[in-house]
Amino acid sequence: MQISGAQIVIEALIAENVDTVFGYPGGAIMNVYDEIYKQDGFEHILTRHEQAAIHAAEGYSKASGKVGVAMITSGPGFTNAVTGLADAYMDSIPMVVISGQVPMSLIGTDAFQEIDAVGISRSCTKHNYLVTDASDLGRVLKEAFYIAASGRPGPVHVDIPKDVTAQIAEFDYSLPIELETYKPHTKGNTRQIKKAVEAIAKAKRPLFYLGGGIINSNASEQIREFVKMTGIPAVETFMARGTLRYDDPMLISMLGMHGSYAANMAMSETDLVIGLGARFDDRVTGKLSEFAKNAEVIHVDIDPASISKLVNANYPIVGDVKIVVEAMMELAREQVKSSRYESWVETINNFDKLHPLSYNEDVERIKPQWVIERIGELLGDDANISTDVGQHQMWSAQFYPFTRARQFISSGGLGTMGFGFPAAIGVKRADMKRTSINVTGDGSILMNIQELMTAVEKKLPVINVILNNNFLGMVRQWQTLFYDKRHSETDLSVQPDFVKVAESFGGIGYRVTTKEEFDAALKDAVEKNVVAIIDVQVHRMENVLPMVPAGGSLFNMMLLEQKEK
Amino acid sequence: MENERRVVSVIVVNEASVLSRITDLFSGRGYNIESLTVAPIPESKYSRLTIVTAGSVRVIEQITKQLHKLIPILRVYDHVDFVEKEMALIKFPLAESITDIDILCQAYNGKIVNVGEDMIVAMVADEPRRIDNFLKAIKRFNPKEIVRGGAVALER
Repeated sequence: MQISGAQIVIEALIAENVDTVFGYPGGAIMNVYDEIYKQDGFEHILTRHEQAAIHAAEGYSKASGKVGVAMITSGPGFTNAVTGLADAYMDSIPMVVISGQVPMSLIGTDAFQEIDAVGISRSCTKHNYLVTDASDLGRVLKEAFYIAASGRPGPVHVDIPKDVTAQIAEFDYSLPIELETYKPHTKGNTRQIKKAVEAIAKAKRPLFYLGGGIINSNASEQIREFVKMTGIPAVETFMARGTLRYDDPMLISMLGMHGSYAANMAMSETDLVIGLGARFDDRVTGKLSEFAKNAEVIHVDIDPASISKLVNANYPIVGDVKIVVEAMMELAREQVKSSRYESWVETINNFDKLHPLSYNEDVERIKPQWVIERIGELLGDDANISTDVGQHQMWSAQFYPFTRARQFISSGGLGTMGFGFPAAIGVKRADMKRTSINVTGDGSILMNIQELMTAVEKKLPVINVILNNNFLGMVRQWQTLFYDKRHSETDLSVQPDFVKVAESFGGIGYRVTTKEEFDAALKDAVEKNVVAIIDVQVHRMENVLPMVPAGGSLFNMMLLEQKEK
Repeated sequence: MENERRVVSVIVVNEASVLSRITDLFSGRGYNIESLTVAPIPESKYSRLTIVTAGSVRVIEQITKQLHKLIPILRVYDHVDFVEKEMALIKFPLAESITDIDILCQAYNGKIVNVGEDMIVAMVADEPRRIDNFLKAIKRFNPKEIVRGGAVALER
């Protein structure tokens, strides 16, 4: 079939079963937008900033498990999108991002809205392409979707000069992918798996260390079964929240900088770390030389470069965590006796009784942690929780009662403020049946507030819950703790009227100062099913605890001083 | 053991920007490149790079793994027994003893390759460590310019 480059883009997206494209048009991508206008194979959602288009596609991908697709123009359109690409790269989110480029004849001439896009995206994508001939376009897009979703997922950027989208070329999407230099390893070495299971059977204090790779691999069912079968306690990373149900008796909690006392102590006391799809990030390990000091390490990961990068693995297994865990279960069924670990579980439970994840109530102002717990009580499984970045994000990870994978959508690796709202729009689009909540802060929400327009226009009713402490809270916390209370440039006392902001875009706003008002506002927003901001005035100086100071050992936590109730 | 000199040999698909993918990886992750050579492999769609780097065992392992992650990379050889050679060109003033220079060059698989009005150019091709020695030895002939080609390597 002889069609234009722009038509090839459309046909390829339809062939990939794409139902949603987030984007923003501009000069260099206009040929493609002209074809978008003519087609009805997918819906295009116009965000109000390119960064938001990428985050929305990320949220869509994380909630649905599909490849997220975004489209932008050249120059500033592309550079605005870079933060989103970097975010998706750090969190291994499968994405295809298509950008326009100036015509081939103008490349290298400092043309209007020209920037070396592939030069910039090289270091923040899994792979990228500059397509110089329309006859390559179909193949490139097919490869892009394959590379994005396979192996360790990630964003793939395809840059297309304007004249290439006008060129006529042959299109045949049925041609097989031939990438002889890219063959992800999914199965896992049988001998290593055997040795790993033997190590589990021999260990006295083994610990599952569950990471975000489990979510990417859609392996949470298998993990739940594996944990139950072995009776081995588990900690989750921030990225893995929801892998186990919050009330799973074997789930300790999140570990790391703001992990629970019991989770961090368990990691410090274990004699065998069973790492599944986790990458030993610095926010998890704290001081490396003190991390799980007495333990051997099993590390299952699809990315060989993640294995023994930071912590040496005694049992390295390269493979898809779902496939590997299924193989491990076959052997563990016979070899691993859950009764063996009962006293270890009890030790951990005692840690948890000593310093549970908790907070002290305050009579005058709402505590931010209460808000998270309350959303959990009122909506629970019926909500997907996106967050921005900062204190509210950590409280969400600590206190929300997650019941399933893909319920918690947040910017982990890059820590991108402004992620939450557009991501929650993408989440809503992927899962219309559930309520899409964006838990945010008074700092973060202003970084992509313009997306109120997108959500209102496209009737994607995201409920933004601002935990408003009139501070850039997490930075303020560090300043309080480590900079002798010099709160440099973090006081956000001057603020917009968030209720009016929401209303001016056609949404609905609530200002909340009491628990009763919060309940009423959340119920009302869910019922009315419209875009909302709930501006919750919370305690200003609340800190996220426990806390392992950056570079400190995991077992040296700042803990909550518990008040007598 | 720390910061050991290591040779990494890489076979890549010969396509646009593949070299910058590799150099970006080194600079972005803070790895060091001592020398890098690249040329197409005859009658194939591949090129071969020889990278001389330095780092601890762990760093070299990471470099190898990160290189493997790049999509257009077919193979990475490290930790193998390489035959290694490097070429160098050296310019001397004609006032120096041509015979002495020529004899010295011959000991390092080289010779005088060009004689101009007031300068001569000599070449040598030998193991990089021997090239180091050679460059020390010729100091007394007042070399004016030295160009090293960077190591090329082939597994035995």
